[in-house]
Amino acid sequence: MEAEEWYARRGRLKVFLGYASGVGKSFRMFDEARRRRERGQDVVVVALQPVRSQEVNDLVEAIPEIPARLVDGVPVIDVDAVLRRHPEVCVVDGLAWDNPPGSHNAKRWQDVQQLLQAGISVLGSVNLQYIEELGDQVEKLTGKRSRHTIPRSFLNTADEIVVVDAPANFQLELQNRDVTDPGAASRQQKLSELRELALVLAADVVDQQLEQYLERHGIQELWGTQERILVCLTPRANAATMLTSGRRNADRFHGELIACYVEQPDLSQDDRVALEANLERARAMDAQVKMLYGEDPIAVIIGFARERGITQIFIGHSLKESWRDRTWGGPVDRLIRAADGIDVRVFPH
Amino acid sequence: MNETSQRGKLKVFLGYAAGSGKTYQMLEEGQELLRRGVDVVIGYFEPHGRKDTIAMTEGIPLIPRRTLEYRGTAFQEMDTAAILARRPEVCLVDEFPHTNVPGCERNKRWEDVEAILDAGIDVYTTMNVQHLESLNDQIWQITGVRVRETIPDWVLAQAAEVVMVDVTPRALLNRMERGVVYAPDKAKKALENFFQESHLAALRELALRQTAHEVDSRQTLNDGMDVNPGGATMDGQDPDSQERLLIYVTSEPSSAELIRRGKRVADYVHAECFAVSVCPSAELKNMSATQREAIERHLNFARNLHIETRLLPGEDPAEALVSFARLHEVTQIFVGRPRYSAWSPLLGRNFVHRVVRLARNMQVTIVAERHRGASAARS
Repeated sequence: MEAEEWYARRGRLKVFLGYASGVGKSFRMFDEARRRRERGQDVVVVALQPVRSQEVNDLVEAIPEIPARLVDGVPVIDVDAVLRRHPEVCVVDGLAWDNPPGSHNAKRWQDVQQLLQAGISVLGSVNLQYIEELGDQVEKLTGKRSRHTIPRSFLNTADEIVVVDAPANFQLELQNRDVTDPGAASRQQKLSELRELALVLAADVVDQQLEQYLERHGIQELWGTQERILVCLTPRANAATMLTSGRRNADRFHGELIACYVEQPDLSQDDRVALEANLERARAMDAQVKMLYGEDPIAVIIGFARERGITQIFIGHSLKESWRDRTWGGPVDRLIRAADGIDVRVFPH
Repeated sequence: MNETSQRGKLKVFLGYAAGSGKTYQMLEEGQELLRRGVDVVIGYFEPHGRKDTIAMTEGIPLIPRRTLEYRGTAFQEMDTAAILARRPEVCLVDEFPHTNVPGCERNKRWEDVEAILDAGIDVYTTMNVQHLESLNDQIWQITGVRVRETIPDWVLAQAAEVVMVDVTPRALLNRMERGVVYAPDKAKKALENFFQESHLAALRELALRQTAHEVDSRQTLNDGMDVNPGGATMDGQDPDSQERLLIYVTSEPSSAELIRRGKRVADYVHAECFAVSVCPSAELKNMSATQREAIERHLNFARNLHIETRLLPGEDPAEALVSFARLHEVTQIFVGRPRYSAWSPLLGRNFVHRVVRLARNMQVTIVAERHRGASAARS
């Protein structure tokens, strides 16, 4: 109940996520601020971007402001002044700023956290390239890496996250319907990949929040809104094929790849070595690797699959079966039978 | 259907619930086109009594709807012939998945839109993600609602642009609540809201992932240098694709779900996709009429999703299926999960097991029917 109480007292965080400047996040955010004011909420702007479009400026002018303090030329939210004034809602245009050295908080998102803890709600905007965990991917696309970042974990605490989506050619479209500029295509390609990243990021945040929400309400459901592939490794399984296929499918579906191994007693030395190689391969392919324990491997796999919301199980099948398995059904048959509601893909080896 | 340079471009505003602002955004862009001197018209618009949306239509010429009578009731439909005669540059069409009243030239509004595109007119349109054919089972699993008005995935895949119109479930619910009288039964309402909010969140996630997928397919299509081939071609034609997927269709009702699931996987991994059914000795006579009808219905359904279908003769379905797969260099076979009964211990002899054994170098996917509610509790 303590957690519930804490949650009830905390301010609400709503994040407007874009994938490039000019996509219209600030406009959407200030437009919401305007509408909230019209509904009687006490809204105050506490941080602005140095460069703003005319449209945004028109909206901003109508909202009261507690100006950011300039410290060494860097705008810093005046947290003390905001806490004293204690508005219902604050607007922070640009969540990913570093405060100058010597500030109470090193990062602006920590200032925001302080406001939330004081029961003040926050509307904030951020571009994809400022999410710390996406740094590598963004750098690969744009060649640039931002020093000012916010961690993904902070984004996960947002009560609401809105994607401000527009086609990647939105900037070009405004000028001319037929674009013949030779650099336009590659620019558009990059923007479009950033756009895809933003959509998937939002979907992942929504997925996590949905999971927490269902858990909080004690509901166990498997909705499969995200594909999750579980590759069952054994020493002799055709691990390379299963993992390659699993990776490809997980990427295509923007899903998750998990590899598991059910611990077996008395493995031979050769099997132990082969298994280690397979597990290593799984890690190299960026699969989450999970060791499972239990007497009945099938029951353990199915139990884990249900707990993790797995939608597809990949399993190897030996073509050389014993007469007993052929007659009574081997482990693969038992797995298929037990995997009610989950797809099973059988790989020959 | 061959793509020609004259064909109009389709732009889809994708949402996940009524009231998310799709129509508003479409009209807003229509206004922008108007300002730039583009000849834009409204082909169909559903006002739903929303004031600011109606205000957005101002100044954009409207093609009047036509009225048809069906069983004594008057229905208003989009006047496709009038749009074609008027020949605008861009036509705005609300409610893409709509089914026309009997008596129209075409059954579905998306078919009307096809005709408009074929005439070289660009179309902007709106739809919710739950109307996408391949998501039909998941939508049912989440909401308990079987959506009847569906759009085949290839129709969305051929759109030049898909834009997600995002709004959070909470904002959506707030909007609804602001419009309604406070309900006396507070507890009941809270409970309803809980279900509504979690369902909306799940639908929203699907819409976000679908848009990401649409963006992804278009990148690879636009970029000829990419080694990852684009999946958005109409028939899944893809010279670089290594994968070929075969779906085994029967008279079982679960075949529809199997087809949707198989086609979705094929689309995502850029695989070619076939669907076959096997009947003994090319002799359909021994089959009951209902079984025969069911198979034909399922194969027809597959064809509508742009899957190549065959009806194979053969006494032994597993054998016929795998021979066909081998002949067509199939890499993956999709079959439905057998219905298990408690007293059938001879699992080793079942159809699935035989397919797995015969398929040797191919992968076999056993697709399980999805359940509603307590699926996690089953085992």
